[in-house]
Amino acid sequence: MSVAIEFKAVSQTFGHVKALDRVSFSVYEGEFFSMLGPSGSGKTTCLRLMAGFEQPSSGSLRLLGRDALGAAPYERDVNTVFQDYALFPHMNVLDNVSYGLLVRKVNKAERHARAHEALAMVALHDHALRTPAQLSGGQRQRVALARALVNRPRILLLDEPLGALDMKLREQMQVELKQLHKKLGITFVYVTHDQGEALSMSDRIAVFNQGRIEQIANPRTLYHQPRTPFVADFVGSANVIDASFAKTLTGAAQAFAVRQENIQIHMSQASVAAGDWKLEGEVMAIQFLGANQRLDVKANGQIISALQSEGEIASRLAADAVHGQRITLSWSPKHMVMLDA
Amino acid sequence: MRTLSHFFYRQRTLTLLLMLTPPLLWFGVVYLGSLFNLLIQSVWVFDDMSMSVITEFTNTNFANLLTPANLDILTRTLAMACAVTLGCVLLGFPMAYYMAHFAGPAEKGFFYVAVMLPMWASFIVKAYAWTVLLAQGGVIYWLLNAMGLQFALQAVLALPVVGGDTLATSNLGRFVVFTYIWLPFMVLPIQAAIERVPVTLLLASGDLGARPFQTFRRVLWPLAFPGVVAGSIFTFSLTLGDYIIAQLVGPPGLYIGNMVYTLQGTIGNIPMAAAFTCVPIVLITLYLSLARRLGAFHAY
Repeated sequence: MSVAIEFKAVSQTFGHVKALDRVSFSVYEGEFFSMLGPSGSGKTTCLRLMAGFEQPSSGSLRLLGRDALGAAPYERDVNTVFQDYALFPHMNVLDNVSYGLLVRKVNKAERHARAHEALAMVALHDHALRTPAQLSGGQRQRVALARALVNRPRILLLDEPLGALDMKLREQMQVELKQLHKKLGITFVYVTHDQGEALSMSDRIAVFNQGRIEQIANPRTLYHQPRTPFVADFVGSANVIDASFAKTLTGAAQAFAVRQENIQIHMSQASVAAGDWKLEGEVMAIQFLGANQRLDVKANGQIISALQSEGEIASRLAADAVHGQRITLSWSPKHMVMLDA
Repeated sequence: MRTLSHFFYRQRTLTLLLMLTPPLLWFGVVYLGSLFNLLIQSVWVFDDMSMSVITEFTNTNFANLLTPANLDILTRTLAMACAVTLGCVLLGFPMAYYMAHFAGPAEKGFFYVAVMLPMWASFIVKAYAWTVLLAQGGVIYWLLNAMGLQFALQAVLALPVVGGDTLATSNLGRFVVFTYIWLPFMVLPIQAAIERVPVTLLLASGDLGARPFQTFRRVLWPLAFPGVVAGSIFTFSLTLGDYIIAQLVGPPGLYIGNMVYTLQGTIGNIPMAAAFTCVPIVLITLYLSLARRLGAFHAY
């Protein structure tokens, strides 16, 4: 597998703020690579460096085997789908989509043929003469996608492209993006703060936190074997038990994580299975989520969340429980994921 | 007080009427009324013998506009208005672009003050100040001499139309003063227009392969164009109507404004003055309809 994008010890500072701190990673050709993290974690800065909107403060950056330092955006075989779509409001859909070909002096007949082809790819061929203002959010999103793809780039950068869409549309677009990626076979680099989005589409995910990469792995590994407390919490909202708390529970000063759905709830300690770890605490909140409900239980000054699937037991608990009621949580040792720090 | 508030809250139409009547009266009666009163006189007869106006219809006033001497005045004024507008766009656009997209909050404040500051001083004071600056032995001559550039100045002043005996009596000098005085009216509308263009549009253009000039031509300019037109309406119409700078700086030769002033003041030929007044109105109407056809009033 050849490398499409290579970051080597890349740092980016804005004034006193270190947006990226010696970040190194590679993206392989044809891969669906996601950069996941909270806002301000450096993921968007990485994307902007790939697109050429910014130059790194230090480090080296190679795109498709060529040194990309100093290369302007228009010199890169990379196209971007922007978070706010950035469609040109004074042009219709067709002119927006064929813009990349126009500025590269492709003749009109070919320009329009390829623009129509790109619009057909996103199922918008009958909207060619509308203006961006006449389109819905989802349609604008597709136009932005078609506009970026019409240049046939080898790398497509997507900056939280689904952020402004409602949930149903977002799920539908996730499926379509994945299909498009398979069909085109080019490299997709996808920036998001939504772990569900990253997990459902990516081949590999890099989790960003405070200008550094915490872990790069495929979605299942990231979910089941998070390496750091941050990844455990951010990717699966798992309960992170730090080293000192762990010592009082298990006797070993080794931080670990347990997923919410792997924690059992007991009204009394008697029903805990032999060999399982148990913990007593007070119910602070119960949140009904539909298919299950979440209990926030305070133990040792920390909130532990547990998911309980909906049913008679769950609804009875929700009806009877009072604030601060004592309750027992338990989990099997096999569900404990040991963490680095 | 409360009952009064309730009353006005319920009587929306009455409230609106109360608020709009004074400005409508002002605009409709005082402004449009007097303008109409002036314009109607352009088709009346001025009797040279008795030096009085006779309320009879004639089109001789308009025909007189086309005599060589009067046509000279019209083309002189129009040419300067076009040149000043162009000069203001060329100077104002880069400044407005910098203010809108690059300047930080403090820097932007500085630019606002710098752009507006000249407007705090009286118009006539500024025009007089420029006559001193541009005069022989003035600061500009001194500076050019100090830099050894007097030959360049002489070459420019030797040019027909643009040049003249000295900077202060050349069309170039007049152009400089006009451009200086109207520049704020160009910078601020363009700056407001560019401020509404999201930076991502310019990034997207570059991302799609456009070189900086292509991005300017295809994205920034079309989107800033309404601001350019708004500014040019000011610079164009203000130059067309001016009679002070035309008098203080530059070569001899009247402008429309001077002609109107002379005709209605000294001679009392109100009908001919009214005919001259029609010219800027017609020119600006034509200009606005052209701008409209170019999409300048389209909001995105």
